[in-house]
Amino acid sequence: MKRSLGRSLLVHAALLAATLVTFYPILWVAGLSLTARSSLEPRLWPLPAAPSLQNFSDLLAARDGAGHLTFARQLGNSVIVSLLTAGIGLSLSTSAAYALSRFRFRSRRALLQTLLGTQMFPATLMSVPLYTILDRLHLLNTLSGLVLVYATTAVPFSVWMLKGAFDALPREIEEAALLDGATPFQIYWRVLLPLVRPALAVTFLFSFMAAWNEFILAATFLDDPARFTLPVALARLVGEYHTDWGHFAAGALMVSMPVVGLFFVLQRQLVAGLTQGSVKG
Amino acid sequence: MTSAALLLCAALAQTAPRPLRIWHSYRDAEERTLEALVDDFATVNPGYRPELLAIPYDALVSKLSSAIPSGHGPDLFVFAQSQIGAWAASGEIQPIDATAARLQDRFLPAALAATTFDGHTYGLPLSLKCAALYFNRRLVPKPPTTTAELAALAGPLTDPASDRYGLVDEVANFYYQAAWLHGFGGQILDAAGTPQLDTPQAEAALAFAVGLSRFGPPEVSGALVTSLFGSGRAAMAISGPWLAGEIPALSASDYGVVPLPTVSTTGLPARPLLTVEALLVPSTAHELAGALLLAEALTAPAASVRRALEARQVVATKAAYDDPRVAADPLLAAFRSAAEQAVPLDNRPAMSLVWEPERRALASALAGGDPGAALRQAQRRLNAVTRPAAPARQPWPYLALAVVLLAGFAGYQALRRGPREGNDGARAVPYLLPASLGIALLVGIPIFVGLALAFFDHRAGHYTFVGFSNFVRILTARDYRLTEPMNFYFTLGVTVLWTIANLVVHLTIGMSLALLLNSKGLRFKGVYRAALILPWAVPSYLTALVWKGMFHRQYGAINALLRHLGIQPISWFTHFSTAFAANVATNSWLGFPFLMVVILGALQSLPSEIFDAAAIDGVSPVRQFFHLTLPLLRPALVPTLILSSVWTFNMFNVIYLVSGGEPGGATDILVSEAYRWAFERNEQYGFAAAYSTLIFLLLVGYAALTRRLTTRAGEA
Repeated sequence: MKRSLGRSLLVHAALLAATLVTFYPILWVAGLSLTARSSLEPRLWPLPAAPSLQNFSDLLAARDGAGHLTFARQLGNSVIVSLLTAGIGLSLSTSAAYALSRFRFRSRRALLQTLLGTQMFPATLMSVPLYTILDRLHLLNTLSGLVLVYATTAVPFSVWMLKGAFDALPREIEEAALLDGATPFQIYWRVLLPLVRPALAVTFLFSFMAAWNEFILAATFLDDPARFTLPVALARLVGEYHTDWGHFAAGALMVSMPVVGLFFVLQRQLVAGLTQGSVKG
Repeated sequence: MTSAALLLCAALAQTAPRPLRIWHSYRDAEERTLEALVDDFATVNPGYRPELLAIPYDALVSKLSSAIPSGHGPDLFVFAQSQIGAWAASGEIQPIDATAARLQDRFLPAALAATTFDGHTYGLPLSLKCAALYFNRRLVPKPPTTTAELAALAGPLTDPASDRYGLVDEVANFYYQAAWLHGFGGQILDAAGTPQLDTPQAEAALAFAVGLSRFGPPEVSGALVTSLFGSGRAAMAISGPWLAGEIPALSASDYGVVPLPTVSTTGLPARPLLTVEALLVPSTAHELAGALLLAEALTAPAASVRRALEARQVVATKAAYDDPRVAADPLLAAFRSAAEQAVPLDNRPAMSLVWEPERRALASALAGGDPGAALRQAQRRLNAVTRPAAPARQPWPYLALAVVLLAGFAGYQALRRGPREGNDGARAVPYLLPASLGIALLVGIPIFVGLALAFFDHRAGHYTFVGFSNFVRILTARDYRLTEPMNFYFTLGVTVLWTIANLVVHLTIGMSLALLLNSKGLRFKGVYRAALILPWAVPSYLTALVWKGMFHRQYGAINALLRHLGIQPISWFTHFSTAFAANVATNSWLGFPFLMVVILGALQSLPSEIFDAAAIDGVSPVRQFFHLTLPLLRPALVPTLILSSVWTFNMFNVIYLVSGGEPGGATDILVSEAYRWAFERNEQYGFAAAYSTLIFLLLVGYAALTRRLTTRAGEA
């Protein structure tokens, strides 16, 4: 009994230490955000003696030329873009993953390899061709164009995650459903999808985060400030000559909140889903 | 074009207001003033409906070069003169000689000259920015006029032990170093526009700057200048007009600003670089007349007075300084006289090549290296980047070869895979079609363009087909020895080392934490798990910068901790091993949660009976781990590690923001090299694309190899 108490103390001590190390840089960001007029001056204890919420209220209260609250509007854009991206990305990739996992056809392997290959090309050179393509499709300066780009770029990774999840499901499930007279689509929609829910949650989260944090493409494709997403506003605080660290940190914290919230909500699914998706590569 | 014609255009347009699009990256007071002035313009010129768009500085150049060629660019935009040469050569902006000639008496001559390239004027100057000497009146009653006086003043005021400094100067930044270079009689580009970095003057200036750094703390950044001078801990600072807006703790009477002192050994003034923010007109502007009209209005004397007073801009319009309120502003007066002795930043394209080698040379000299050797190295680096273009080649033989290869590959695939796979093809199509179409269009085409670019040479907006010569140049690596950064194989070695080091650290931390979290009957498990996942949710851009701050030589948390433990503080970014370790530490903080979560999930899905049985049989926990847990985790772990290694191999943010490649580019990895070729070395997109293609091929090879290994392991 005594031994296990000591052991559990040790476990807690180790986990606490890890948590502290994890939190220290985050405290730093919090400290910057709570200091009015702060700079990125390094010091040991990150939190200010006299915390102020000035940076947060500045950002929340900023209005554009037409008198709209900029932050609220950009938050709205970001929510719409990220949810649509995750939703569309997910529906595109689940069906593709299902087909790649369950159907056997020529060029299946080639397709899988191509998908993996797309993850290996450095993204630095892709924005100019993308701009031309969106222009041809008349999707420049629209949130739909942005969603389309985000959603498709998220597909390859999502397909790989989900295909792993489908692969892990025993074939017997479908055979039983087939005997009951279900069509392949019904099997996919009613039987298999609910079973890969954790992997769905993970891919949703990944696509959501990718869209939520991106700013170069958003600023490049959009010309209407009313359509800008939150990271564009955040990036504006990083200037050529000086960077407004206090506001930047406050903005970064507020931008991270929804993602942290999603992590909390999807925690269990996340743990199960990442494993489900990667059981078979 | 005359003003009468302009007025006529404006009058004709009066029926329906026409949109006039202006792009800028101003913020705060500068943005508000611009908005107000543009509103005034719209009232006076109802024929136009100006639309201002504020774009993050980091995205502005990329947006301009995407939008202008396709005609979606603005009618007018604000940018520093540094890009004018490159944009003029590629035809992205148009000369406005007639307007400039008519208004030439309006502007300070140096400002208008800065927007002139190759005999044509491309922009109307708005404001000037250059460095000057700030001094705290309580500590420095009379500002120094020579460098000897500066040293005599700064010496006694410097006491690192009590965190007091005589002079803070961002020495490692060539923008500031250029002032001393000019003060020692040197120049950056010669008359022909060729950079010469290793001159005796440059060596003397560099040695002088290193000497000057003893009056300040190590590793001075812009943020540190603001914070030390703003809190009164630094008696003097070298910075631009923006500093005045960031030091609210000092009232305007507490400090003064004077031009940089004269260099005592040469008798020449230290002439800082002058950046001129100008209004530029894209070649595809739809409202040329309106753009010129607005540019003229924004630089008019009354508007310039408002910009000076409200936005504290050092305006380029001469008449603004006749206004008594502007004349009474000591800051504006000081920067105006500083600007008069400044050297306009060269707007010729070769200038953009100088920054990276100079930054490396400064870092090397500040770390104790020999200034002459550092500059000679910088010159070699520059020579490697400015090599002449490869000869143009006929693309047809290459195209034919590509077609033959593709056809051969497709045929081989068809023959090899045909019999073994089933024929569910027809049923699979509806499921696959939407995703495939999307990927082919929005991922496939951009990648194909990227691959194709690798066979071109890009100079000033023009592409020439050069066949394999980019690849040959990279792979033969003739410019550099194997032990030098910038040699492809050196960078490849560092990249592989980087990937392996990260995987080992991520795996160790992730595995330990997952095992701890999986201990039986652990309380607060959810809380720990949630807390440990957090790094994943914070934008990596910000965490990389925070970690860089934590590795600061003097103020960083990590050195503070070492000092507490009685260990000598470390200059993290002056040695390869420590800079590399700093990168790995940052990336591990960002990356361990992913592996932790995967392993935790896998651990939870393992059957507990086996472990119970092993425990009853008296198998020690260590043996359990190596003989049961690890083999059982393997199927989940291997694919995750492969994915994670691909991500790490291409992890750009951490390398670029934490070590920045220091020392001397040694910690750069292949992607950050590719980025530098594209954006820091005269937009050599073809060369960057060749780097990207090589990265791509390496990773494809790696994936094929690991697939073999995993399938073999799976079958066994």
